[in-house]
Amino acid sequence: MSDLTLTKKDFTSDQEVRWCPGCGDYSILSSMQAFLPELGIPRENIVFISGIGCSSRFPYYLNTFGMHSVHGRAPAIASGLAIARPDLTVFVITGDGDALSIGGNHLIHALRRNVELKILLFNNRIYGLTKGQYSPTSEQGKITKSSPLGSLDTPFNPVSLAIGAEASFVARTVDSDRKHLTETLRAATAHKGSALIEIYQNCPIFNDGAFDIVKDADTKEASLLQMIDGQPIKSATHGVVRNGNSLEVVELSSVDESQLIVHDSHNPDPSYAFSLSRLSGSTLSHVPVGVFRDVERAGYGSMVHEQLAEIIGSQGKGDLKKLLHGGDTWEVH
Amino acid sequence: MSKPIVTLNSVVIRFAGDSGDGMQLTGDRFTMDTASLGNDLSTLPNYPAEIRAPQGTLLGVSSFQLHFADHHVRSPGDAPDVLVAMNPAALKANIKDMPRGSTIIVDKDEFTSRNLTKVGYDANPLEDGSLDSYKVHAVALTSMTVGALSELSLSRKEAERSKNMFALGILTWMFHRPTEATQKFLEAKFAKKPEILKANLLAYQSGWNYGETTEDFSTSYEIAPSKMQAGTYRNISGNTALALGLIAASEKSDLQLFLGSYPITPASDILHELSKQKKFNIITFQAEDEIAAVGAALGASYGGALGITTTSGPGIALKSEMIGLGVMLELPLIIVDVQRGGPSTGLPTKTEQSDLLQVMYGRNGESPAVVLAASTPSDCFEMAFEAVRIATTYRVPVFLLSDGYIANGSEPWRIPEVDSLPAISVEFAKTQENFQPYLRDPKTLARPWAIPGTPGIEHRIGGLEKADKTGGISYDPMNHDFMVRTRAAKIEGIEVPDLIVDDPSGDAQVLFLGWGSTYGPIATAVEGLRANGQKIAQAHLRYINPFPKNLGEVLNKYPKVLTPEMNLGQLAMLLRSKYMKDIVGYNMVRGLPFSTAELIEAAMGVLDV
Repeated sequence: MSDLTLTKKDFTSDQEVRWCPGCGDYSILSSMQAFLPELGIPRENIVFISGIGCSSRFPYYLNTFGMHSVHGRAPAIASGLAIARPDLTVFVITGDGDALSIGGNHLIHALRRNVELKILLFNNRIYGLTKGQYSPTSEQGKITKSSPLGSLDTPFNPVSLAIGAEASFVARTVDSDRKHLTETLRAATAHKGSALIEIYQNCPIFNDGAFDIVKDADTKEASLLQMIDGQPIKSATHGVVRNGNSLEVVELSSVDESQLIVHDSHNPDPSYAFSLSRLSGSTLSHVPVGVFRDVERAGYGSMVHEQLAEIIGSQGKGDLKKLLHGGDTWEVH
Repeated sequence: MSKPIVTLNSVVIRFAGDSGDGMQLTGDRFTMDTASLGNDLSTLPNYPAEIRAPQGTLLGVSSFQLHFADHHVRSPGDAPDVLVAMNPAALKANIKDMPRGSTIIVDKDEFTSRNLTKVGYDANPLEDGSLDSYKVHAVALTSMTVGALSELSLSRKEAERSKNMFALGILTWMFHRPTEATQKFLEAKFAKKPEILKANLLAYQSGWNYGETTEDFSTSYEIAPSKMQAGTYRNISGNTALALGLIAASEKSDLQLFLGSYPITPASDILHELSKQKKFNIITFQAEDEIAAVGAALGASYGGALGITTTSGPGIALKSEMIGLGVMLELPLIIVDVQRGGPSTGLPTKTEQSDLLQVMYGRNGESPAVVLAASTPSDCFEMAFEAVRIATTYRVPVFLLSDGYIANGSEPWRIPEVDSLPAISVEFAKTQENFQPYLRDPKTLARPWAIPGTPGIEHRIGGLEKADKTGGISYDPMNHDFMVRTRAAKIEGIEVPDLIVDDPSGDAQVLFLGWGSTYGPIATAVEGLRANGQKIAQAHLRYINPFPKNLGEVLNKYPKVLTPEMNLGQLAMLLRSKYMKDIVGYNMVRGLPFSTAELIEAAMGVLDV
C-alpha cells in the first residue's frame, strides 16, 4: 500500500461544493480529504454512501465511488455493498435526522450486526435541508418552525443509542477540531467492524452556535472531557470519578488526581462506555470526546464469507445439475 | 377374495383437518407417491394464517387438494371426488364443495357432541341422514391408530398424532399408490426419534391393511400414467422453482446471488430455499425490514452482485422508494412479489392478483420498471431466469409476479438440461479515460454497470436527476424531460417474445386472455369448451411491462377478449388504456383460484352474444 502516493487533491472531485457559507460540513470534508491519502487505499476501493440531508451531499465532493441514496437508508444499502464486497472500504455519511429519525432502524441493526461500515453522523441538532425543524437530537423546548411553542420531544443521545445497539466502536468529535477529527477517523478506520462517529457540526443558518460551548476558546477547555486511553478523563477544570454504580463530573480541585477514572476504550463492559455517554447533558457543559468504546468483535461481512468458504470447503461448490435433480425424480420415456 | 379394481381417468382428493393435524404433509406425501407413478397432477394447499388456530374450529381448518390423472392436468380441480375430513370442522368447511355421489372419509371418533357443538352442528351429520347422497366412510381413525400403536411406549396423545398416516395408508391402498417412498421419507424425517418413526410406519401400514381387509371399502381404483413428454421429472412448487431459477441464472451469469429479504407469507420459502443452497456461493441477508432488504440488494448490485429481494404486496409498498432509486440509478435489481390477498394485511395465506397496478405504478414520479408474471409453478423457474436476463442486460429493476396459488401449489416439472440454459453475458465497465456513467448503449439504452474497485471510473450517483451522459446532478428542465422519456423508452424497447395465440380453428371470435396463475384454470376451461364444439382462442401474458410487441395486433384480431383476473380488472385497465380495446372482465377476489366451471360459464356468456 505504501507505494500509493495520493494527496488531498486526488480525493477532491470536480464538483462545486454547495453548502451554506460557514457550514461545519466544509471542515469535515476538508479533514476527510486530507485524511484519506493516509489510509493507503486506492480511490476506487473507497465508497461513500449517504442518505438525504445537507450532510448527505458529502459523497459528491470526494473523488471516490459514491452514492447519494434514500433518506435514512444509507446503512442498509452500504450493508449490502460491504457484505458483497469485503475488498472495499465503505463509509456512511448521515445526519441526526437521517440516522436517528427516519433511518433509526437501519442504524441500530447495522451496528448490532457489526457490518464493516464507518458511519459518520453529522449532528447539528436541527433539520437543515428542510429549513429548520427540530430534530431527534434537538433539546427539549427548542423553538423552531415546527415547534413554535417549544419541542416536547426528549432528544436521543446518539452515543448512548449506539452503545445500546451493541456497537463495537463509538466515538465523538467536533467539526472544527481538525486534529481531533482526524485522530478519530484514524481510530475508526483501524477498527474492524462497524464504527460510529458522532461529529458535532454547526449549522450557521438554522441552529448557529449550538456547539459554541465546545468550540469557543474561552469555554471549550473546561467543557471537553478528553478520553484518551490510559489517561484520566478530564477537562481543564473538571474530571470524571466513580459515584456508586455510575460516573460523575467533579471539579478537579475537589478530588485527588488518583481518584479520576483512567480511560479504557477497550473495556468489554458496555455499561462503562454507556456511563460516559450519559455525562453530557443537553447544555453540553461537559462533553466527553474521543473514543468511548472500541472492542473487538467479528465483522459481519467477514463472518458471511467465512460461512460460505466453510460450506463450500466441506461440501464442494454447488452442482447445478444435481440441484435441479434434487428430491424425488422419475423418468418418462 | 380380492376386491374389484376400477380404472379412472382422473381423481381429485382433498385432505382436510385441523391446522395441527398434518394435512399439508399428508397431501405432500400422497402427491409424491402419485408423481412417481407417472400421473400428471396439480395441487392446491389452503391453510389459515394462524399457526395453531383454536382446535376443532372452522377457522383452524387446513386443507390440501390434489388433482391427478392419466392425461395432462392444468388445475387442482373444481370439485373433489374424495374428501378426507379429520373432524367435524373439516367436514363442515368443505362439504359445500362436494358433489353428490362423491366419497367422504371421516374420523368418526372426532364426531363427539362437544366437537359438533363447537362448529354449530345441531345433530351428528353421520347419523341425521344429511350425508345420504354421499358415499360416507365413517372410520374410527383415532381409536384404530391408538390401538395399532398400543405396543409402543407412547402416551395416548402422542399415538393420536399418527392418525394422519393411518388416513394416508387407507388412501394409498384405495388408489394403488406405492408405499416405499413414504416409508423412506418417514425414516429420514424421524431418524433421531425411533419410537415416533415406529409409530408413523405402523399407523401407515395399519391404514393400508385396514383398506385391504375391511368391508367398508369394497373397491379400489387405478389411474394410468399420463402421457408426458420424455424426460426426467420432479414435482415442484412455484416458490422452489423460482429459487432454483434464480440460482441457475446466477450460475449462468457468473454473478454472486445476493438475496436481501424479510420474512413474509407466502414468499418466505424462497428465502428458506436460497438459504439452504449456500454452496452456490449465495449470500442471504435477512434484513431488519422490507426497506433494508431491498436496500441491501441494491447496494450489493451496485457492487456487481446479482441483487434480489423477495416479498409480498405489503413488502412492495414499503420498498417502493428504494425501487425508485433503482430506477434512477439504472442498476439491475430483481423484486419478486408473491402476491396475496390485500389490501393491508388482507388474506396472508390466500391468493390474489391485485398487486399488478402497484408494481406498475406504485412509485413517485415517472418510474417505469419491468413487470413479468409466472403462469404455473414450473414457469416460475423460467421467468426467474428471464428476470435475471432482463435486469442484467438492461440494468433495470425487474418485478417478477407470482402468487400464493402457484407459489405453494405444485406440478410435475420436466427438469431442463443445464447445458440448454442460455448463458447470461454480463460486462462491467472497464478502466477508461473520461468515464461517463450515463453514456448509454445505443441498442439497449443501458448505462454501464460500473462497479467500485475499477480504477479510473470513480463516479458519484444518486437519486437526484442525472445529466444525460455525465450523470452529474442536473436541474435543467429539458434534460429532465429527456431523461424521463429515455428511462421510459428503455423499458419499452426491451425485447420480449411475441404473444403466442392458441387458436386451432383459426376463426375464433373470442380470445381468452389471462396473465399469471390463472393459466391452469383458463387452459382447462378452454379444453372443456372446445370439447363441446366451441371455437375459442387462448393466449397468456407473461410479459406485462413491456407488453409483447404483437399484443395490439392480437387484440384487434378478436372481436371479444375475455380476461379473468383475481382482482377488479387491473390488466383490463392496462389493455384498455394502451390499446383502446374493450375487454370483458371476469373478476373474483375470494382468495382462491378460479374454478373451471365458472370460467366456462363466463366464456359461454361471451360466446352466446
